[in-house]
Amino acid sequence: MKRTATARILLLTVVWCTSWINVPAQQPRPAEPNETLIRNATLLTITHGTLENSDILIRRGKIAAIGKGLKAAADARVIDAGGKFVMPGIIDCHSHSMLDAINEGSLSVTSMVRTRDVLNPNDVDLYRALAGGVTSLNLLHGSANAIGGLNTVVKIKYGHPIDEFIFPGAMPGIKFALGENPKRSNSTVLPGVTRRYPGTRMGVEEVIRDAFTRARDYKKTWDEYRAAVARRDKNLIPPRRDLQLEPLVEVLEGKRYVHAHCYRADEILMLINIADEFGFKVKTFQHVLEGYKVAKEIARHGAGASIFADNWAYKIEAYDAIPYNAAIMTRAGVVVSMNSDSDERARRLNIEAAKAMRYGDLTEEQALKLVTINPAIQLGIQDRVGSLEVGKDADLAIWNGHPLSVYSRVDTTFIDGEIFFDRQQDLAQRADLLKERAQLEQAEPNRPPARGVSPQAPRGRRPSHADDDLWEGDIYQP
Amino acid sequence: MPASTFLATQAGRQDACAPKQLLILIVLLLVCLAPASAQQIGNPPSEGGVTPPRGTYAIRNARIVTVSGPDIENGTIVIRDGKIEALGTNVSIPSGAQSIDGRGLSVYPGMIDAGTSLGLVEVDQGAAGTVDTSEVGELNPNAKAIIAVNPHSAHLAVTRVDGVTSAVTLPSGGLISGQAAVINLVGTTPLEMAVVPYAALVINYPRVGNRGGGFGGEQQQPVNLTEALAASTRQVEQIRKMLKDAEAYGRAQDAYAKDKTLPRPDQSVMLEALVPYVRGERLVIFRADRENEMRGAIRFAEELKLKPVILGGDDAWKIASLLKEKNVPVILTGILDLPTREDDFYDTLYENASKLQQTGVRFCISSGDGGPNVRNLPYYAGMAAAFGLPKSDALKAVTLYPAQIMNVGDRMGSIEVGKMANLVVTNGDLLETRSAVRYLFIDGREVKLNSRHTDLNDAFKNRK
Repeated sequence: MKRTATARILLLTVVWCTSWINVPAQQPRPAEPNETLIRNATLLTITHGTLENSDILIRRGKIAAIGKGLKAAADARVIDAGGKFVMPGIIDCHSHSMLDAINEGSLSVTSMVRTRDVLNPNDVDLYRALAGGVTSLNLLHGSANAIGGLNTVVKIKYGHPIDEFIFPGAMPGIKFALGENPKRSNSTVLPGVTRRYPGTRMGVEEVIRDAFTRARDYKKTWDEYRAAVARRDKNLIPPRRDLQLEPLVEVLEGKRYVHAHCYRADEILMLINIADEFGFKVKTFQHVLEGYKVAKEIARHGAGASIFADNWAYKIEAYDAIPYNAAIMTRAGVVVSMNSDSDERARRLNIEAAKAMRYGDLTEEQALKLVTINPAIQLGIQDRVGSLEVGKDADLAIWNGHPLSVYSRVDTTFIDGEIFFDRQQDLAQRADLLKERAQLEQAEPNRPPARGVSPQAPRGRRPSHADDDLWEGDIYQP
Repeated sequence: MPASTFLATQAGRQDACAPKQLLILIVLLLVCLAPASAQQIGNPPSEGGVTPPRGTYAIRNARIVTVSGPDIENGTIVIRDGKIEALGTNVSIPSGAQSIDGRGLSVYPGMIDAGTSLGLVEVDQGAAGTVDTSEVGELNPNAKAIIAVNPHSAHLAVTRVDGVTSAVTLPSGGLISGQAAVINLVGTTPLEMAVVPYAALVINYPRVGNRGGGFGGEQQQPVNLTEALAASTRQVEQIRKMLKDAEAYGRAQDAYAKDKTLPRPDQSVMLEALVPYVRGERLVIFRADRENEMRGAIRFAEELKLKPVILGGDDAWKIASLLKEKNVPVILTGILDLPTREDDFYDTLYENASKLQQTGVRFCISSGDGGPNVRNLPYYAGMAAAFGLPKSDALKAVTLYPAQIMNVGDRMGSIEVGKMANLVVTNGDLLETRSAVRYLFIDGREVKLNSRHTDLNDAFKNRK
């Protein structure tokens, strides 16, 4: 007990000390009630249609009941949401938010590195995503190499300790990348530096083939060893562990999802063929801008597609991208999601989803699925989130209008029944925060010097697209 | 011959009888721009790239959102000779007019994006041959966007079929980037597209520490303030000197025109280009986002008696009263950018437009995009409306306001008799994502609703 109390004081001190940097959400929160009742809302359940004038009861982090005239405990938090809409928290299946590093791009196969090791829970863009109704992120390694690092699926529990961000039970995954980025087509190679292999789409295929050939051998070696152990053979020496190949063995065994960055139709088919050859499945093609050209092949393989709504022409391999991609692939039977790949775009994925209605006439329900249950399926968390159903996690948002309308915004975002964004609370804090900011600016250590070198500024925001898959114009240093 | 035209030629239909030199050039281009030539650049062949003819049209029984006045329910619009000829509920339809049944549909003025590089860049990365936004050097007042606008860029059709019918296209490099044009997004030649070919001079107002304009969010490095301040002062001085030189140049040329006995002053293409701007006859667009840059630009414009417009304006809400007092309009390009500072409120930029509107500052909303995403302009306005801007102002911010700021408000931006017939017919609210465009008129020409994207969709959607 004592240790917990000390830890709490320590945490509060840290929160207090850092509050001037990460302003809005780092304020101490009031204790969460056991129950929350949201009344009279339009519920966009996703899997069970739209329920008008209905209530949703949250108990201890789960959706306990959905219906009309629900009753809550006396001490419950009751929110009258008349005229408002409740939808499941948006799930962003391609994010690099809160990552202090994106690309371990020095090798073409970096399956040994983990995004889990570089999570920054104080990234203010997390709060901004919450304010757009987003509750979960698939944090992917970058696309600099054919086989990249391991992903992390998180709930955006901004202000909580980092361990509480990790989505319990989400399927482990790994990033692959095809096309211009692993080729490093758009990177500047410094004079005197040898280019990293591969430099063509031919080479990308060979890198993946080589890695899985080695992984298959490695798996055999371990299988043989385990069989020998089972036979109680004597004097056995265990094989040497290979941290690069272990995740690929998990892919071969179906225990780890492949999320493959790709653009062109030919490279999509290439990966399908190699996956078929080695006997694994690609869980999602990411971006997959030309997916519409090979929709039936993607569907036949059983892969999902996680895409931009309408980005195109930012590089050559994006020149044939069309905003009808979601509609064509959905009709071919592919599970499609809309992702952000950008801290900016993450804040308005509702509008990205709505674009699938404009381009290709998906229904409202199909459009909503693109940012809820479909990404949940793609991450293996569909039993926990992605729809409003009794027993699921209470990860949801209250919108002041229909979330597919440009005129709507989020009022409140819940994760596990706890409020992580509330517009009224945010507005209420502002006067105090501005006062505090003014005081801090007046404090001697914070005054800008009249001349000389300015003090090192706090860690700046990452460029909004310098390290995501859209923009790869970095200097390549091995 | 611009490279993009070459590319369109070689990708579309190669001329078997091309002279040998041309062939060599094409081969060279193929080698240099191998990635670019791998896929077709430009409008699909079915679009043709030929300006459609003007006609006489009557859109009947539609809801007409005039923007400048009240909506007209069950109204009729007559379009003839490129203009809106008649408008109202009791309008006689000229014989021979093509009639369009507007029941259930709404007619809006075409949207205008005042902060793009449309036509100046096809593919930003990996195809340098298609990028014509930034000239070499710091001072390029004589670089004119209208010269390099590619009328056959695929971006134009992709953008217009979503209801954006006009744009300001701007060069972006150096300190003085060049001259922006107001264009309609249809035409076989740049001239056919031009509404105002030389509409504004574009100046990147220097930022202390790094160059203004362009993409924000750079990693903050320790800055030597003394050096950085001196550098930006030097840059401002560079711009000032050139503009003063242009003033003097204009006076000398005028004097010589009146009195040929005077020594003949040398001609200068650079200074000549600046004369109308330093005389306050045309607009000067200052790219500036931060408070200090905007204050600097306003002071600078006042000193040199320029007609300033701010482009960017992320911090405009902070100096709204100054903008109002000086009557400096702002083209907001950052509505959907992440807030500038880590401790900005999450909706700081969403709210920017609303705060300007409440103060009475002249403003409009732009995507600030080079080309591919200009079609998303309505959602920038929609977000501003979600955060306090009245819906009617959100609509004006992408139609009438940009027209007024660019001094073409008497010709475009609203539905009024005598205005250019740039009209979008939709099945719902123009700014809503789920609405669809049904008919499109630019300059009184009915424009087909196909683009590179609809063509690829048609080609692949039924692939079995």
